[in-house]
Amino acid sequence: MITVNGKARDHADGLDLPALLGEAGLGPDSRGIAVAINGTVVPRARWAERAVADGDAIEIVKVLQGG
Amino acid sequence: MAEDLFHIAGKAFTSRLFLGTAGYPNQQVFLDSLAASGAEVVTVSIRRVDMEGGAEGILDLVRDRAWLLPNTAGCATVKDAVLTAQLAREALDTNWIKLELIGDRETLYPDVEQLVTAAAQLVDDGFTVLPYCTDDPIVCRRLADVGCAAVMPLGAPIGTGLGILNPYNIEMICVRSAVPVILDAGVGTASDAALAMELGCDAVLLNTAVSKSTDPVRMAAAMGHAVIAGRLARLAGRIPRRTRAEASSPELGLIGG
Repeated sequence: MITVNGKARDHADGLDLPALLGEAGLGPDSRGIAVAINGTVVPRARWAERAVADGDAIEIVKVLQGG
Repeated sequence: MAEDLFHIAGKAFTSRLFLGTAGYPNQQVFLDSLAASGAEVVTVSIRRVDMEGGAEGILDLVRDRAWLLPNTAGCATVKDAVLTAQLAREALDTNWIKLELIGDRETLYPDVEQLVTAAAQLVDDGFTVLPYCTDDPIVCRRLADVGCAAVMPLGAPIGTGLGILNPYNIEMICVRSAVPVILDAGVGTASDAALAMELGCDAVLLNTAVSKSTDPVRMAAAMGHAVIAGRLARLAGRIPRRTRAEASSPELGLIGG
């Protein structure tokens, strides 16, 4: 099990960050996106090499309107 | 008249109005409001992506039109606020952060103890920190002491439009602050923004007063003018308040005497 944006879910073996981002329609060039795993930001340059491990808590965020 | 620039962390701004981007009827009204306000800085939030696919962000809309100031709005713990700031830095390639640490969801008042702790951590991590804080001169001093680039005391609770509830405190903060003071939250109409500037604030940050007004574009223009008027009045120096009338026309030569 992994947690993505607060929701627990199963994950396929070998799932990596680019594949997970792809599920949300996001690619390596998507702007205004950031990812943290287990409370640590994963820089965009390292997305491709980051495998998703069992127990990971993943946050995928974007820029929205705000005050 | 010489250009009256305003600096935060070495960056110069002409406009002393910061505009929030939330709650407009639609994107075009926001863009027109931004243009009418003259604001050079806009605030944005950082939120979870909808994994099912959802609303477009506003980044493409604003990134070439304004300096972006991401916030940590809604965060209630140091941990969440610090991580949100770090995510904002990654998403926007900026080390500026409007630090909000909310003490409870009813009042939306800042939790000042956690705020100072988070501010210190973020300064150490290389951020330019602009904390949303209470209108307390001691809290503002502590935030400046830990390295914040500005302080942003509230005029009134977020979204209330009650104006500046304690002008005495805001003025005292302005007199004592070693860093720029930006009035944040509580502005309801143009006179509130002008008053903030007259009290000595360096800038005003507002959102709801424009976005939820009947005519946001017109209110945005009003806020732009108000901030300029208030700043000019501050620089010009107001007359002292008197308790008794004093005629402004000459008394000599009055007919009928």
